[in-house]
Amino acid sequence: MKGSEVRVENVEKKFGEFNALKNVSLTIRKGEFFSLLGPSGCGKTTLLRIIAGFEDPSAGIVCLDEDNVVPLPPDRRHVNTVFQNYALFPHLTVFENIAFPLRLKKVPLAQIKDKVFRYLELVQLKGQERKKPNQLSGGQKQRVAIARALINEPSVLLLDEPLSALDAKLRQQLLMDLDLIHDEVGITFIYVTHDQSEALSVSDRVAVMSEGRVLQIGTPYEIYEAPADTFVAQFIGETNLLKGTITVRDGRFYTIDTLDMGPVMVTTDRAFEVGDEVVHAIRPEKIAITKQRPENLPPDWNVVKGKVFESIYSGFQSRFDVDNAAGYRFKVYKQHESYLEMGPEIKWTDEVWLSWDADDGYLVESTRL
Amino acid sequence: MKKNYGTWYTLPLAVWISLFFVIPIAIVLIYSVLTRDYTGGVIWKFSLDSFSALANSSFIRATATTVFIALVSTAITIVLALPVAYYMARSRSNTILLLLVVVPFWVNFLIRVYAWMAVLGQEGFLNDLIRWMGLTNEPVTFLFNIWAVIIVHVYAYLPYAILPLFTTIEKFDFGLLEAARDLGASHVKSLTKIMLPNVQSGIITAVLFTFIPILGSYAIPDLIGGTDSTMLGTIVALNLRTGNNWPLASAISVVLTIITSVGLLLYFLYNQRLEKVHLQFQEETK
Repeated sequence: MKGSEVRVENVEKKFGEFNALKNVSLTIRKGEFFSLLGPSGCGKTTLLRIIAGFEDPSAGIVCLDEDNVVPLPPDRRHVNTVFQNYALFPHLTVFENIAFPLRLKKVPLAQIKDKVFRYLELVQLKGQERKKPNQLSGGQKQRVAIARALINEPSVLLLDEPLSALDAKLRQQLLMDLDLIHDEVGITFIYVTHDQSEALSVSDRVAVMSEGRVLQIGTPYEIYEAPADTFVAQFIGETNLLKGTITVRDGRFYTIDTLDMGPVMVTTDRAFEVGDEVVHAIRPEKIAITKQRPENLPPDWNVVKGKVFESIYSGFQSRFDVDNAAGYRFKVYKQHESYLEMGPEIKWTDEVWLSWDADDGYLVESTRL
Repeated sequence: MKKNYGTWYTLPLAVWISLFFVIPIAIVLIYSVLTRDYTGGVIWKFSLDSFSALANSSFIRATATTVFIALVSTAITIVLALPVAYYMARSRSNTILLLLVVVPFWVNFLIRVYAWMAVLGQEGFLNDLIRWMGLTNEPVTFLFNIWAVIIVHVYAYLPYAILPLFTTIEKFDFGLLEAARDLGASHVKSLTKIMLPNVQSGIITAVLFTFIPILGSYAIPDLIGGTDSTMLGTIVALNLRTGNNWPLASAISVVLTIITSVGLLLYFLYNQRLEKVHLQFQEETK
């Protein structure tokens, strides 16, 4: 493996009175595509800048493999960054931008040419090398920035919201390209984003951050299917949260008395006690929506009656907002695998039944921030 | 056929440039090759007397002094203006700083020059200070030499250098310096390889805004300078007013214009050469 392991240990960062990072520890494996995900102001960019060397941590250390890099200036770290606004040098051509790190090292011209063209090919920009940055589109600029950051053969590539300035289609395209480039160069990628779909689609693992803390680290699957707390559950995808108290425990089966819909059954492998205050979460796509009360349901299914407040058709699926008797508004997604065969069309103000398997729900902790 | 309106659109610009640049320069040029009228003004007869009169050692020395003062003053001004402009561009309260730079303009230029006489004079602030510190009992002569002239020029033209530098540095994306550091450039290299080329236009404007007026400076060498710091501007004024030699004054002005133009031409050629090197390199990388 060409990449480095990145170990962040008890890192704190204070800007005056403001605590941007609060005791952050995480280990990013060699060659991993690792995402730092969180809303703006959660500290993810600060953490990236500390790894790059643009900021010093107020406490804690950052190790690349075995070496603490905190004392090293950015130009002495084997880490390169792709910046959000590209940060291409406007007075240099595409070729010279990418060649910049090699020129600094006084590499012979023949070698520079050879290598620059190899990286131009990697980012699919052959033929653009004589243009100036202001003659390029946003996507092309970002490709130049990627090639320039990779040409030094760093062991870690840091990407600071690299796609946020691009439109949605281009973002998808570039994201897939990034994934391919990652496979090809094999180094560690640390990807900062506030876009959960970006993070989930390409990352090996994701760290969800909020207000300077890491709330959960896991594979995209774990983060989505087993969020650690209410913040993660709500930030990643959409979810229905029902607060309640555990009343019955039977092995993996729990019954919770919720304010918003009475008793709810759920299974979980995490240990809770009767009387614990918990939050029950169920994803909108896991809920079945029908006009008739579903019959012959297994005993561990939850059923609730409601009225459609809003129905939004978006081609491959519909989204329904359904109010139950207690006034709780459920979000429900219905996939249109075969649109009308799945039952009569559900419309605004229709009476409907919502049902889901106890296995599909999960319990999360209230976020302590 | 479609009517060509191009001429009409450029007409206002042509009028403006003619009125303020071409005609004044033409008048000076024409006067320089006319005959001197001893009572002031000119006699409309072609003559190169004024130019041949320039070929004497005192004029050549004055030219050398003028160019030297202009070059040294400009260099010092730019070196002092750069950090100030940099700090202003990075500061959050740059409107206040901008105001502070402009405030001296509210006071008459001559009064500010006289103020320097009060500072540098034998009974001036600086001499008081030295005496108070016990360094000397005899008053030191700071005024009436070439260095006093340079100091006051630097003072007078510092704002003209700071303002264009500030506007270009303010537009500079400081993220580029981080990118350069990230890519392996030392702090100094990031400034010289990335910042300097991107603020070059501001530096050139600042040089032009200081060098050209100092080259034609008159009041400062007249009031602050001594025998070693006679500048061409002073000679022009002398010939125009007391000497009643308008053609000679015009000829000296033409020389000043030529010096400036040569400077600009050199810069232009240098830029072209850079461009050529660049193109050549692009051919090689094809």
